[in-house]
This record gives sequence, C-alpha cells and structure tokens, in this order.
Amino acid sequence: MNIYLQTLNRDLRIALRNPSSVLNPLLFFIISVSLFPLAISPEAATLSQIAAGIIWVASMLSVLLSLNALFHHDYENGVLEQMVTSHHSLPLLILSKITAHWLLTGIPIILLSPLLGLFLFLDDEGIKVLMITLLLATPSLSLIGSIGASLIVGIKNSGMLLSLLILPLYIPILIFASSAVSQAQFGLAIDGQLYFLAMFLVLSLMSAPFVSAIALKISLE
Amino acid sequence: MSSLNIHNLSCQRGYNQLFDSLSFQVHAGDILRITGTNGSGKTSLLKILAGVSAGEQGKVVWDQHPVKSENYQQEVFYLGHQAALSGELSSLENLEYLSALNKTTDQHQLIQALNDIGLKGYEDEYCTNLSAGQKRRVILAALFVSKAKIWLLDEPFTALDPIGVKIVESRITQHCDNGGLCLFTTHQDSALANQKILAL
Repeated sequence: MNIYLQTLNRDLRIALRNPSSVLNPLLFFIISVSLFPLAISPEAATLSQIAAGIIWVASMLSVLLSLNALFHHDYENGVLEQMVTSHHSLPLLILSKITAHWLLTGIPIILLSPLLGLFLFLDDEGIKVLMITLLLATPSLSLIGSIGASLIVGIKNSGMLLSLLILPLYIPILIFASSAVSQAQFGLAIDGQLYFLAMFLVLSLMSAPFVSAIALKISLE
Repeated sequence: MSSLNIHNLSCQRGYNQLFDSLSFQVHAGDILRITGTNGSGKTSLLKILAGVSAGEQGKVVWDQHPVKSENYQQEVFYLGHQAALSGELSSLENLEYLSALNKTTDQHQLIQALNDIGLKGYEDEYCTNLSAGQKRRVILAALFVSKAKIWLLDEPFTALDPIGVKIVESRITQHCDNGGLCLFTTHQDSALANQKILAL
C-alpha cells in the first residue's frame, strides 16, 4: 500500500511541475464546449437539450487526449522497466498511476462541469445529475483508457490507434451518462443508468489494472 | 550456497536466434562478464534474467524461486540502458522512488549514497539539469542502497568518468565479497578481479 501512495505522490509531483500536461486537456475541454453555442445557436431551449451530450463528448475526448502520456514518459526513461522488475505488484503500481491520472483530469472536469452546464443553460437538476454521472464514470474512462495506453506504449505517433482502440469501449458510458442527464431534465427516473455506470466502474476497476499490466509486459518485450 | 541457475534458455528476436539452449550457473560471490558483439543478445539475456521479458524456452531459478516470482524479483536489481529518472524530479526524489520500488531505505542512507557516488550538493537538483554521467550515478546510487543480491548491470560504465568507473568496480567487488552476485556487460576494459567470462 505504501508503494501505491509513493507512486501516486510521484506522478502528482511530476504533473504539477509540468502543468501544461494537465492544463492542455482541460483547455481543450473548455474551448470545445464553448464553441458549440457559437456554431449551433445561442438559444437556451436548443442548448439545454444538447448540453449533456456536448459536455460528455468533450470530457471523453479530453481524457483521450491526456491518455497518451499515461505510460509514455516512464517507458521512454526506463522507469517502467524498474516497475516491472520490482517485487511489487505491477497492477497495484498501474492502479496508482491511473488514480493520479483521474485526479489530474477527471476531478478538474467534474469541478468545471457545473460552470459549463450553466453556460449551456442546463437546469439545476441536469447539472446535479451531470456531476453524478461524471463522478461515477470518469474513473472508468481513466481505467479503460489505461488498457489502450499500455497497448500502444512502444508505438510512435499512436494517437489515432489509441482512439480506435478505446472509443468503442467508451460508447456505452457516453450513451448511458448523457441519457441519464437528459431524462433527469424531464423529471424521469435515472436509477437504471446510474446502476449501469456503477457496474461499469466496478468491472473496469477489477479488470483494467490487470489487463494493463499484461499489455505493458508485452510492450516491454 | 545460493546460486542462479539458467537452464536451456533460448531467445529469438525477429528472425534472429540470439542464443539457443544456453545453460549456466552463477554462484553467490561470482562476477560474470557477458561478452559478445553488438546484437549477440547480451541485453536480451539480462532482460530475461531480470524478468522484463521472457525467452522462447528455458528456466531461470534462484534458490528454487523462478524468475518473475515475488521472492526472485526482490533479489534482483536490473540496471538497463536508460537512466530510469524523471527530469521533473530532483536526484533525491528519483532515488527515493527507485529505492522504494526495490526495498525501502531511510532518507539518511539515500543522501549518503548520493554523497558516496559523487553527487554531493546535487541532491535537490532536477535531473533534467544533470549530465549523462551524473544521471547514471543516480541510478547507480539506487543500486548501491538496494538489498538485492543479484545485480544485472547492462553497460554500467557508460558515460562515467574514470573515477566513477573505479567506484562502481569497487562496489561490485564489495557486493560479491559479501555474498552477492553480479552479471554485467561492457565494451570497455574492466579491471575487475576474478571476473568470469560468458561469451555469447
């Protein structure tokens, strides 16, 4: 457990000393959401209908943008080799890196989402559910993303490949999360969607660190 | 006496068979220098012994513990081609993490290790500002504080000045005198006494 916290601490420290790696995906998130009213319509009725979808697509793409760096630097500088040869459990070390990734991308997205929701005329109930879905599903995005990131770690210019690998796995989250927000806006029950997102989180938490560990070992061969 | 047993190991990279049916034994206290031309499989052999990659076939065992088992891995320190440092962290922070990955050592020992390797005054310097030789010294400091018995060193003298090479050689001798063992590769002349040679 100690090594989990030490890895987390190390990753957070590296990210905070190189803030552009954290800020770039966030800026992308804010900019892409703010362009929609300009392109579609500034009307409240139109925007509030599509707000959840816009915020969810933008957050998914910004997570995707940040995933390339998850293992890349450690692969390049040889720290990953040290992780593999250490006697600590590799899935635990990976889980720690995923946690750092979520704290640096998922949490800022969740915190920014009410502001962007207001910007797109999302009502109070919609904003509340949007935040709940983001809280439930952004960890899944980081977890599933780690599988893709570990598969492409040794490949150069692999951004497109990562999207092809990961986006299909993100689609169920996108569908259930945005439908939860739009149903909440109409006052309908959203238990089913939230249970699905929670189930997805548990499933990815249980499998992603192990699958990523296997993929990383293959990449290091 | 503890020994590292390599039995019938084969390794292929692409279409090239690097080595086939390689068997040897390294006892505690041995220094084994692996020699061979470029591309002969020295790094691949060390990576297999370190548990980074797997050979096509064969067994690697340390005291009944097979490679990749927890008991085996905690006895191994692998020093690869790369410095294994993050430029955003200081020498001491990097060393703290590298030693945590092996077996935790207290901060006092780590600072002492940096002093011993000639990095006194560089503890808080970001690694991005260090020279190649100084970066190499940081991971060598991690090697020297580790409690691992099996040292697998891939070109440990790269980028080091003559004084650095002497320090490393004396630490290797000291480690093996204390019951450790060391397998290393180098293209430089090595003055290590009692080294055995394995030619690939």
